Amino acid sequence: MNWLTEFIRPRIRSIVEQKEVPDNLWKKCPECDGMLFHRDLDENMNVCYHCDYHMKISVKERLELIFDDSNYKEIALPEVAFDPLKFKDKRKYSDRIKDSRNKTGRNDGIVVALGSVGGQNTVIAAFDFAFMGGSMGVAVGEGIVTAAETAVKNDAALIVVPASGGARMQEGMLSLMQMPRTIIAVDMVKDAGLPYIVLLTNPTTGGVSASFAMVGDIHIAEPGTMIGFAGKRVIEETIREKLPEGFQTAEYLKDHGMVDMVVHRKDLHDTISRILNLLMDTNRCCKKSKNGSKKGCSGKVSRSKVKSKNSNKAIIGKAA
Amino acid sequence: MSQLEFEKPVLELEGKIRELKNVSSDDNLNIADEISKMQKKVDKLLKQTYAKLNPAQIVQVARHQDRPHFLDYVEELIEDYTELAGDRYFGDDQALLGGIGRFKGQSCIVIGHEKGSNTESRIKHNFGMARPEGYRKAQRLMAMAEQFNIPVLSFVDTAGAYPGVGAEERGQAEAIAKSIETCLRLHVPIISTIIGEGGSGGAIAIAAADNIYMLEHSIYSVISPEGCASILWRSAEYSKDAATALKLTAKNLKELKLIDGIIKEPLGGAHRNKRKTIENVGDAIEKSIHNLMSMDKDKLIKTRKNKFLAMGRKI
Repeated sequence: MNWLTEFIRPRIRSIVEQKEVPDNLWKKCPECDGMLFHRDLDENMNVCYHCDYHMKISVKERLELIFDDSNYKEIALPEVAFDPLKFKDKRKYSDRIKDSRNKTGRNDGIVVALGSVGGQNTVIAAFDFAFMGGSMGVAVGEGIVTAAETAVKNDAALIVVPASGGARMQEGMLSLMQMPRTIIAVDMVKDAGLPYIVLLTNPTTGGVSASFAMVGDIHIAEPGTMIGFAGKRVIEETIREKLPEGFQTAEYLKDHGMVDMVVHRKDLHDTISRILNLLMDTNRCCKKSKNGSKKGCSGKVSRSKVKSKNSNKAIIGKAA
Repeated sequence: MSQLEFEKPVLELEGKIRELKNVSSDDNLNIADEISKMQKKVDKLLKQTYAKLNPAQIVQVARHQDRPHFLDYVEELIEDYTELAGDRYFGDDQALLGGIGRFKGQSCIVIGHEKGSNTESRIKHNFGMARPEGYRKAQRLMAMAEQFNIPVLSFVDTAGAYPGVGAEERGQAEAIAKSIETCLRLHVPIISTIIGEGGSGGAIAIAAADNIYMLEHSIYSVISPEGCASILWRSAEYSKDAATALKLTAKNLKELKLIDGIIKEPLGGAHRNKRKTIENVGDAIEKSIHNLMSMDKDKLIKTRKNKFLAMGRKI
């Protein structure tokens, strides 16, 4: 009896269970090595529930996470020149693009979508790190220009979510020129009096951090995100010493004044909603009238708000 | 270091000419004749060599330590140059210098990377690799140009922004981003000339300009060929291939419509005739400034933005 239950049965079970349980049901946290059950991990938005390490999430998950009711409409992006330099290293750049296209099902490394966040019209441009490390070439730059133009046209806030190693070397100087181009784009939004928020996600480095990502009205970062200009290896090789602990993390950048807040993924939607409401719905509360008595505004909103509320409905309708 | 491998035959001949000149103290007509013949040979050789430089060789010329540097241009082109120091936040960066002065009679703000000309000055100027203070000083000076309605002349010559712990701590990325933004928002003309090396973000930070010129043998690149090779080829040995693939020469970039003009260098490169090189740069800037100063301010800023937006759209 004891021999049967304590030895034989568990062994039989272990053999049977191994066959039934596919590998991908469990994931290992890259930070703390803790085992994570896929369903729990999904529910926790791909954040390790042992140590709060924020793993990568897909662009689709990212957009669903931020937009109200996970509802949005993807904006078509313009065609751009394919492999403009005919670049070839050990492999052809054109082959690398094709691979990434097959892998991600996207044309290039950015998705632009329109919807609402906290009831406010919002355009989100999110990088896809799976597409050549989210590197910024002409297509990505053009995506940000389109996102900015869409935001201005729809009286919407712009949120850009970089996840990028930097400029795409294989497009040479055309990539470098995306730095001024994307800054021109986000300045259109700022000049229109609309909020421009950067949500820095892992990683944001190189030419991406040194352009549109560092000129936001507000900089929000996910915990642990790597943010910096030069790569760690380059710095170590230059100064020939070990780097300080936590160097170039979101928390480190907040301490050094470059990031407004580090926000847990579960709080992103609410935080961004609150900020957008504060910046776009600026006149919701009571105003003092001329004779000094307080006048209730009975839920009335500013004119620009009425306009955007209306266009908002139209968008939601389309998005559904 | 200062000798270029592909210039060796030329350098040998030049050495011989020098020797002959030393010998010919007693006026010997034959020797003078010989010298002039050899000089012709040198010129011919230089012309041939420089007509077919490959990108990797152009990279070497662009980095040649005898090329005229920022302070050489200032000395030749800018009257009453008055250097201004500091970013008003942290310190004064010596890799990116700037000040006020007069270019052909016109008051202007001048900014540029200085690489230094000997070991001591190279260390002082951190080899032309600026820290955030440098880019913030540039922003401050550009704002001043705006205030006094005078143009900005920028001279680019950097391997890149300095990669260091302090630079990162003080926001290298933000400093560069804001510097680009400041260039783009200027209501006064800004003219940039790549005089040697245009290294990535550290270069574009002061080169988002109305007119961008490159000296014939200068380079402008998103990453150094060595860096590119070590990432994509996994070995810096392939830097020659990377130099070709990156399309970083003035000719390449003019074809891609990313720069506005190429400024000729004297026979055998800028390092053979600093004065003539600087004169050519001065002439190009003079023409450019003349056109831009006559433009309406709003039109100027709009034209600049549209120029950048158009980049890469039609190739």
